[in-house]
Amino acid sequence: MFQIQVSTSINGDDTEFSCEADETLLDVLRDRLGMTGSKEGCGTGDCGACSVVVDGRLVCSCLMLGAEAQGREIETIEGMADGTELHPLQQKFLDHAALQCGVCTPGFLVAAKSLLERNDDPTEEEVRYWLAGNLCRCTGYDKIVRAVLDTAKDMRKPAKTKKPAAKKRVKA
Amino acid sequence: MNFQPGKDTLKRNFKTVGTRTPRPDGLDKITGRAQFGADMTAPGMLWGLILRSPHAHARIRKIDTSKAEAVNGVHAVVTAADFGPCPDGVLDVRENIMAREKALYDGHAVAAVAATSRAAAKQALKLIKVDYEVLPHVTDVDEAMKPSAPVINNKLFTKGLDKTPRKPSNVAERFEFGHGDVEAGLKQADLVIERTFKTEATHQGYIEPHACLASMGSDGKGDIWCCTQGHFMVRQVCSALLGMDASALRVTASEIGGGFGGKTTVFIEPVALALSLKSNRPVKVVMSRSEVLRASGPTSSTSIDIKIGMNKDGTITAGDATLRYQGGAFPGSAVPYGAMAAFACYDLKAVRAVGYDVIANRPKQAAYRAPGAPMAAYAVESVVDELCKELDLDPLDVRLKNASSDGSKASYGPNFDVIGLRATLEAARAHPHYKAKLGRNQGRGVACGFWFNFGGETSVSLNVSADGTIGLSVGTPDIGGSRASIGNMAAEELGVPHDKVRCIIADTASLGYNDVTDGSRVTFASGLAAINAARDAIGKMCERAAGIWGIPVEAVTWEDGAARPSSPNAGKHEPLTLADIAAQAGATGGPISGHCEINAEGAGVSFATHLVDTEVDPETGYVKVLRYTVFQDAGKAVHPSYVEGQFQGGAVQGIGWALNEEYIYGKDGTLQNAGFLDYRIPVASDLPMIDAVIVEVPNPGHPYGVRGVGETSIVPPLAAISNSVSDAAGVRMTQLPMSPPRVLKALGRI
Amino acid sequence: MVKVQVWGSLKPALEGADEIELEAASIREVLDQLSDTYPAMKQAIMRGVSVSVDGRMYANAIMVPLKPDSEVFVLPKLVGG
Repeated sequence: MFQIQVSTSINGDDTEFSCEADETLLDVLRDRLGMTGSKEGCGTGDCGACSVVVDGRLVCSCLMLGAEAQGREIETIEGMADGTELHPLQQKFLDHAALQCGVCTPGFLVAAKSLLERNDDPTEEEVRYWLAGNLCRCTGYDKIVRAVLDTAKDMRKPAKTKKPAAKKRVKA
Repeated sequence: MNFQPGKDTLKRNFKTVGTRTPRPDGLDKITGRAQFGADMTAPGMLWGLILRSPHAHARIRKIDTSKAEAVNGVHAVVTAADFGPCPDGVLDVRENIMAREKALYDGHAVAAVAATSRAAAKQALKLIKVDYEVLPHVTDVDEAMKPSAPVINNKLFTKGLDKTPRKPSNVAERFEFGHGDVEAGLKQADLVIERTFKTEATHQGYIEPHACLASMGSDGKGDIWCCTQGHFMVRQVCSALLGMDASALRVTASEIGGGFGGKTTVFIEPVALALSLKSNRPVKVVMSRSEVLRASGPTSSTSIDIKIGMNKDGTITAGDATLRYQGGAFPGSAVPYGAMAAFACYDLKAVRAVGYDVIANRPKQAAYRAPGAPMAAYAVESVVDELCKELDLDPLDVRLKNASSDGSKASYGPNFDVIGLRATLEAARAHPHYKAKLGRNQGRGVACGFWFNFGGETSVSLNVSADGTIGLSVGTPDIGGSRASIGNMAAEELGVPHDKVRCIIADTASLGYNDVTDGSRVTFASGLAAINAARDAIGKMCERAAGIWGIPVEAVTWEDGAARPSSPNAGKHEPLTLADIAAQAGATGGPISGHCEINAEGAGVSFATHLVDTEVDPETGYVKVLRYTVFQDAGKAVHPSYVEGQFQGGAVQGIGWALNEEYIYGKDGTLQNAGFLDYRIPVASDLPMIDAVIVEVPNPGHPYGVRGVGETSIVPPLAAISNSVSDAAGVRMTQLPMSPPRVLKALGRI
Repeated sequence: MVKVQVWGSLKPALEGADEIELEAASIREVLDQLSDTYPAMKQAIMRGVSVSVDGRMYANAIMVPLKPDSEVFVLPKLVGG
């Protein structure tokens, strides 16, 4: 079958792949590039487990074609931590036990990061509405919302009062 | 020495248990590294897809797969003909995973293909020709029970009646539980209320669809990787369906993206294995969300009659329930558990619960968190609430007055051991939530719930490494943080820090048999087995210390992670820590490990009380949940964060069941809302914070007093929310979900 | 004598008796006697039952010892979520 050649950037790495015209970005990430951190919960844009950021915009990768990645900058869960340095949201999700089964967690983290980049002081309601496109069936959202609010609070602290321990390596 | 319930004293002072340690699988899950069912691939792997019936009920006259087989890239096509004879116990499973003579529901599998690409597999599915003779269907439970209903299985004769009927029907079995003279009890009452309730079917709604990778070799040995609540169950059922030796099949449980009971059976695993057998290639099958909703195992829809008598002082004189649950196209709905759990919160002189297990043209129901109990509790707790309102009594006082307590006779027969229902009721009464003021169009609801909790077959292996760290292998898939809680119990018992223990889920070839992760059994049973395995290892380490010191083993005791002489008489010896002994293990007799293989008994039942405030919009019928507090007995909360998580998650699933979620079938018997857009589970913006209050009444059947906590939390919410909405709306609600149109109708607005 | 009660749908199998008394030292002896005496019980026991002994629930366990005055309930095999 005819395949389309695509050049893109994923988590800062130049990436080339070929895909069929009807393949979604999620299929490409998972099945062609082996990046299975983005999950497919529905394939219809209802659950948010496949959330990625494309040129700064939060999207469901199941609703975007792989071919549309041409020339774009894609960020996925695999690129969220800086080496062994976790993103503060990742550390807070651990601290607050904001995950149970963990299958929705990559999508929540990508979506929450996107929120905090736009709004560093969201209200509980703003967090809840921003994350309304991400389904979690285990937690009832309580601990997730707390983790996001707590991260925002910490990240707003001026840099000099920030303890170096805030970005420590995870011990788990 | 294994823990002896009733003989050994319970431990009450803890170092690790009860603390909020990081979870062992945490890092993998926040970085995208964790491997779930669909995340595994194999060299030469094919993609499997399943063709499903578009009809609710149809005879399959013929299946022509020849055109599909001719598609380039297609390596195997299977139908029911590829599944040969099997033991009676898995006959219904065989029929459910691949239809034989008839398709019994919309979405019933009829054929499957494996091809080198998903595109080729999709193309092949379209070319399979199935000749259907469409038959009359029935999907509603009350309709299915009528004598005029289409009979789905002409070999089904109702069991449990005084006389087996001569004519087949859709009623598979009748169950009855209870004691005392119900009629006399009702006659004594100052007030009797009788009502009928209906609940719609809901789905567990796990975010991860069923997924597996099966690989079958020409030597008859196979492997399956899949997301399941019980990989030993997958091994038993798949090997039985394929005619294999159980030990020839190794099953590895992937990380599991939610189960809630829905992954306690098989759907795609035997199909993938059959495709692999036929193609001689590894085959991956992943369900789409629509397949999950149409063809995995949702709950029963139900219809329930309740009659309860109460005196002016709040004493319940008798309770009577008739429960009708359709469990899809096969017998085996959860109605017996509904009937057993219906009145379990009340200590009654006269009680009766009659259940009917009904079949209908819907997917075979699977367990969903406290299977059968939420609907029964919804109906009973609604009538209790209405009696309290009519008699102007406080609903918590009335429940305290009638509550089951230690030693009282359960409505399903046996006497209770030590239980925590009263403690949860008292905690609720003392909580500020109960006294908070309510505004206009707002109401408050209270309800209690019960679940049995299980023990069951469990194997654990604990290996002491030479550096003094511990590898802990359990066989119960971790669906909510159980590796953390089990690892912490082993660390507690050994007296080592929690991060010296790594708990993993071992595959079926590496460990003895384990029952599935169900019945809230894992933290209890695998935890108990881990404690016993730790005691086994401690015994061996004490022997090594005795040998090193040259004293009898009876003179050695284990305390704070080290072997010590038990008394001054044993001589003066510096304590030998676990790490000291581990370092010398090879030289003192070989590797040290502890084991435990048990059929765990002594699981303590669990109770909860829920409080909820809602606001009803009289213009739109929309119900907003304003405040929610869960009070539940955990016995001992091993990891409080994950105990709270279970309370919160169960409550929110209950909120979905009460307000939004339902299976909607069209006139043609097909499912109308097979997607997350129309089958709407609660989202973050629908909800307030869920306050979780942990009550601890130790279970005498566990060395640390642990009770299962996973399921009870979904039992009270349906009733609590319905009572709250009824309070706010000023009218009794009797049907779930309380979607805006139903609320408006109840308010007389439409 | 051990007092044995049987769950609803199998009550008819006991031919009208609400409760029966048996000499039995273990769950296995109770189930064996029920199977031998009541043909309808045999099938159900083979399908699997849960047994409660003096308030404690046992699933698929037959070696549990009974006291001479134990109260035994034979109940449906429990499944959970």
